[in-house]
Amino acid sequence: MTGPVVVAEGVRKNFGAAKVLQGIDVVVTQGEVLCIIGPSGSGKSTFLRCINHLEKIDGGRLVVNGGLVGYRQRGDKLYELRDREIVKERQRIGMVFQHFNLFPHKTVLENVIEGPVQVKKESRASATARARTLLERVGLAHRADAYPREMSGGQQQRVAIARALAMDPELMLFDEPTSALDPELVGEVLDVMKDLARSGMTMVVVTHEIGFAREVGSKLIFIDEGRVVESGPPREVLTNPRNARTRAFLSKVL
Amino acid sequence: MPVIEQKPSDEQSVTGSAAKLKVVAVRHYGRWALGLVVLVVLAAIVHAFAVADIQYSVVWEYFAEPTILAGVLHTLLLTLVSMALALVLGVLTAVMRQSHNPVLNWVGTGYAWLFRGTPLLVQLLIWFNLSLIFKTFTIPGIYSNSMNAVMTPFVAALLGLGVNEGAYISEIVRGGILSVDDGQREAAAAIGMTRSKTMTRIVLPQALRVIVPALGNEFIALLKYSSLAYAISYSELLNSANKIYTANFMVIELLFTVSLWYILLTTVFTVLQQVLERRLSRGQNRRPPSLRSRLTTNLSLRRPR
Repeated sequence: MTGPVVVAEGVRKNFGAAKVLQGIDVVVTQGEVLCIIGPSGSGKSTFLRCINHLEKIDGGRLVVNGGLVGYRQRGDKLYELRDREIVKERQRIGMVFQHFNLFPHKTVLENVIEGPVQVKKESRASATARARTLLERVGLAHRADAYPREMSGGQQQRVAIARALAMDPELMLFDEPTSALDPELVGEVLDVMKDLARSGMTMVVVTHEIGFAREVGSKLIFIDEGRVVESGPPREVLTNPRNARTRAFLSKVL
Repeated sequence: MPVIEQKPSDEQSVTGSAAKLKVVAVRHYGRWALGLVVLVVLAAIVHAFAVADIQYSVVWEYFAEPTILAGVLHTLLLTLVSMALALVLGVLTAVMRQSHNPVLNWVGTGYAWLFRGTPLLVQLLIWFNLSLIFKTFTIPGIYSNSMNAVMTPFVAALLGLGVNEGAYISEIVRGGILSVDDGQREAAAAIGMTRSKTMTRIVLPQALRVIVPALGNEFIALLKYSSLAYAISYSELLNSANKIYTANFMVIELLFTVSLWYILLTTVFTVLQQVLERRLSRGQNRRPPSLRSRLTTNLSLRRPR
């Protein structure tokens, strides 16, 4: 089945007087990898955080996995969802953060099984078995008993990916997953992400890795000042940017 | 190696045979002199106490005297129970102050303000004298008794110490909660955790690392503050000593006995605190040194390497 996983129509978000998102329109269908690029402060991370309701939108419509984010529509009224309902929606969306945000008081294995055991009420034994498979997949089966601080940034980020995958998400969000890494560690994280994209996972990736966007992305949007300035297949946008602002940005990062 | 036919200069002798050279440390004569002065003053004080009219044998005699031992037990009991009450109140208040509900938030803040803003001794006296304004204590339909029967010295001391300490602990716990990075809350939210589960599973365990050392200090302070219950005639350690010295007039001797007990208890709890802190530092790169390693370092004559 290939249906839309994320549909954004005129999504707006303000932080006080600052209009961070000024009407974002984008559709992500199942199995697609949407890459979002843009200058810092352009609102690309904020848009990503709106998708799993870490930020509440101030206007427009945002439909994820077939449901409105944060609201239930009944007739012509929108009812705000309760915390419990929001939490339920988030279980279907994995998220990977720029600064990994692993739980430092738990081992790698405990990090990965925390969601399945505590949220999905899966048995510890089955969660552990699945977690070991996932750690194998990100190449870290041998570090299961390590604490996050004993690992490199690249390893921590791969654990963070395994932790998100442990919830069996239908959509994965990546918020600048390699921006906090030393250059020589970027590759190992991107490899895991490429592998994930090939397996058919729907992904939204905010990134500065133009190479990754070109190679793996199925769609690319360039956001500037809270608006989608340009969108299309990555190769096209990156080689033949039509908008002057996209050209200016790419000339700086390429 | 070429032999250089030259009178060795100072520089050459240094670089040539550095291994054989003896290093002469800077002599700190000022420190020696100052140290001597301090030692003399200290000796004078010790001497004064030694020749003073104090019967040191009495200090020891009463150390394990039944009344004193009962006082020690009561002090420990009072400290432990009021600490337990304070912990419950403190954590509850700290979490209330994180709440999105403005009423809970306001009440939590008000409690901390009120009980930290008035002296503990005054609070103890108010609890103890509550029967002056409320003749009976009633929980409608469940319990009723005269306030005098309910508000025994122990209950008054427990409430006074516990409620007061709870206000201080709420600040410590709040600080601990705030010390946990926001990213942790977001990561927990992203795997579908509720706010309350995030608090109990992710935030509080990490906050503990900041909270526990401070709580250890609070507990030890509370142990000593419990002597204020003397004023409302609860038979804790100081009050027990008071009963004895009003009869035998060995005032200083018994106050020394009491001091010895407080020092002993404080030391024991410091050791326990150390053990607990080590336990909680899981996943940290820097583990705090053990008490033993601290002691061996501090007591050894060698410099730490």
